[in-house]
Amino acid sequence: MTVYASRRRSNFLWIGLCYASAAFGLGWLIIILATLLWCGGGGLSLAVFTQMTPPPDQGGGLLNAIVGSLIMTALGVAIGTPLGMFAGTYMAEYGRHTKLTFVVRFINDILLSAPSIVVGLFIYQVVVTRMGHFSGLAGAAALAVIVVPVVVRTTEDMLLLVPGPLREAASALGLPRSTVIRKVAYRAARAGLITGVLLAVARVSGETAPLLFTALNNQFFSADLNAPMASLPAIIFQFAMSPYKAWQSLAWSGALIITFAVLTLSIVARVLGARGSST
Amino acid sequence: MAYKDAAARRARVLGAFKIRDGIFHGLTLAAALAVLIILGGVIISLIEGSLPAIRAFGFGFVYSSVWNPVTNQFGALAAIYGTLVTSAIAMLIAVPIGIGIGIFLTELCPEGLRRPIGIAVELLAGIPSIIYGIWGLFVFAPFLQQHIQPGLIAAFANVPILSSLFAGPPYGIGMLTAGFILAIMVLPFIAAISRDVFATVPAVLKEAGRGIGCTTWEAVRHIVVPYARVGVIGGVMLGLGRALGETMAVTFVIGNADAIPRSLLAPGTTISAAIANEFTEAVGDLYTSSLIELGLILFIITFFVLAIARFMLIRLERKAGKT
Repeated sequence: MTVYASRRRSNFLWIGLCYASAAFGLGWLIIILATLLWCGGGGLSLAVFTQMTPPPDQGGGLLNAIVGSLIMTALGVAIGTPLGMFAGTYMAEYGRHTKLTFVVRFINDILLSAPSIVVGLFIYQVVVTRMGHFSGLAGAAALAVIVVPVVVRTTEDMLLLVPGPLREAASALGLPRSTVIRKVAYRAARAGLITGVLLAVARVSGETAPLLFTALNNQFFSADLNAPMASLPAIIFQFAMSPYKAWQSLAWSGALIITFAVLTLSIVARVLGARGSST
Repeated sequence: MAYKDAAARRARVLGAFKIRDGIFHGLTLAAALAVLIILGGVIISLIEGSLPAIRAFGFGFVYSSVWNPVTNQFGALAAIYGTLVTSAIAMLIAVPIGIGIGIFLTELCPEGLRRPIGIAVELLAGIPSIIYGIWGLFVFAPFLQQHIQPGLIAAFANVPILSSLFAGPPYGIGMLTAGFILAIMVLPFIAAISRDVFATVPAVLKEAGRGIGCTTWEAVRHIVVPYARVGVIGGVMLGLGRALGETMAVTFVIGNADAIPRSLLAPGTTISAAIANEFTEAVGDLYTSSLIELGLILFIITFFVLAIARFMLIRLERKAGKT
């Protein structure tokens, strides 16, 4: 009887700890979101979206940072997506069981979680030192390097989900392989492919480390890809580390905007992905 | 005649098909190779960039703890130490809790809550690291400074080794705070992978365990965890890879002191934080080059950690495929 009681006790204890750890994990999400709303929501106004970043201790907004982030994210995704999609297509369609695919998948998975600051150093070496100055273009290139592995991964996974008989039916009609892939496989996997791109956008839009020494930063409005460009994360970093209250408050607003954008993107991606896999 | 014509046309169309097919095939192959080229480019450019520092300091760079831009003497030990210690703190906290969440999600959670809670954990993983950083700096560090750290200092004041680990004034920012923030960041990765891995355990095994009278915990402890061990280790290594390379969250709260701190409460630095803080201010080739060599060291460490993680996960996939 005592054995049974002690087993019951240890069961109760450990299972309780599992419940506690789940509560612990969710607790952080709630605490972080609540602080963001509390600290960032207060400073949020129309001015944040319409005015430039101010000098210390003056009112202003984040317009140049938001525009810079949008430009570099769009360009980075535009460069990285086709590359990633083609690579994923090769791995799932042409070279499904080849050694090359195995190696590329392995390397890609490592790039997927490689430190993003190293990507910044890489682009600094390859682009910034060659061009001789920091630029929005270099920032976009760094983001593109981060986009590629995300898109490769989802493209391959989604194309592998497309049933083989669909391809066989198309091939039986006499379609060449490339047409089968583009007109049948891509279409069947469309929702999944879009999910991958959205996830890549979400991943990239909060990236700070690779931008610090590629795009640098800019206190003024600039859409010139050949010049240093402001971005939301870089501005948040600069403003949050400053001793000025007005800057810190803008940093919180920027943080709220980024988090909101990233969470929206991931939720939309998930909804799309769920719909794609059920049909 | 018409017959011949049709055959010729047919050959022409097939030829065009073949060319287009070849182009598309070549394009996708080139893109796949580009992934390898990116990795090669990263390694080569980092080595190229760190050559001046390698020539100047040789292997001593790794075990010298001097970091002095004024005299142009650089060593990586303080940064490597900070990286390893903060990651160790993070894993110490995040591994048991992450596995606990994995067990909760697969074995204990009511069916209807499973998906929402799983998604919430994944959303936690999607929050950009700079958000953790700003939150850590303005909310978490002051909280630790006022409520937790004085308690730690007082509690361990008379314990021989721990008293020096938890010594000194409570700054708020420092190694311990950075480790905590990293733990919160890595937690969702470990939880999500543990959940996926535990989900591969065949229900028959668990049912057999319950059949011979196991409690829920005994079934988890002796059946689920041993079966999924390799995958969980893979997930833990993946989280470790993240923690080692994490930049922004750490940079905000580490305090940036270029020396090896005696106490966990003191400010220190990590490889990524040193690069993020000093790179744009680095004057002179040797300074820049030393920072790039730091990046190279970080990349090599994370590369091996992540490679081990992937090998473990691949082994698990094979096992799941066979049974």
